[in-house]
Amino acid sequence: MVGTFHYLLLAAALFTIGVIGVLTRRNIMIILMSIELMMNAVNINLIAFSDRLQQVTGQVFAIFVITVAAAEAAVGLGIVIAMFKNKETMNINEIDLMKW
Amino acid sequence: MLELVLFYIFGAIAIVSAILLITRHNVVHSAAFLGSTLFAVAGIFLTLHAEFLAGVQVIVYVGGILVLFVFVIMLISVERAERERQFNRQWTIALITSAILVAEIGYGLYQGRDSLVLPAPVPAAAAGAVVAGNSERVGTALYTTYLLPFEIASILLLVAIVGAVVLAKRRTPAEE
Repeated sequence: MVGTFHYLLLAAALFTIGVIGVLTRRNIMIILMSIELMMNAVNINLIAFSDRLQQVTGQVFAIFVITVAAAEAAVGLGIVIAMFKNKETMNINEIDLMKW
Repeated sequence: MLELVLFYIFGAIAIVSAILLITRHNVVHSAAFLGSTLFAVAGIFLTLHAEFLAGVQVIVYVGGILVLFVFVIMLISVERAERERQFNRQWTIALITSAILVAEIGYGLYQGRDSLVLPAPVPAAAAGAVVAGNSERVGTALYTTYLLPFEIASILLLVAIVGAVVLAKRRTPAEE
């Protein structure tokens, strides 16, 4: 029997790795992947508590999180393609159209 | 005991692949490591008795989202991105921010550790009740209690599909 605490620590580690990826990388694809990583960490937390409390609500919420992740990936990758058509780059430092 | 061993194996795979994901120079390698992280998280779900979610994780994340990522990587030039500088100039600030985040989460977990020691709930099977399967219970909750959020989620997906098509299909001034 693994304690809920272990799962929370694993989720915290994955979430932090995702945050580091978003903050330090310059390639927009890897930033999007790091966001997926953070959503996975949240799902681990939800399901760990669902198992702990013997209630299915956490798993239903995890399904909604996966739905939002799919929507986010679709829109994000659409933006990436539109951006690449315009500027021929994946580097977020060169996407500064709204900066002055 | 088996659960503990599986938890440590899958957890180690998840964390190591996640670290490799954010440090590789080649985007294709990152995508591969994202896939192994997602599979490991599906294994974690299995140790938590969430079999339906483990299946959804593999089908939707690995089969859908990851394939979408790989398709987009195919459309863009990987070689040029690989030659560029990979990390921000602000990486020291980023690491400090992350360290603060770790400290915060750690403090929260440490403060709340007593609340995690609930008296273990009696599994319904031990109480003599007939327990439905995991998929059955998730489905029942999803289509009764959470019917409205479910419909809203479907609208969200529709909007996302339309938005993605509009964004990716728009012609640039150069093409016209």
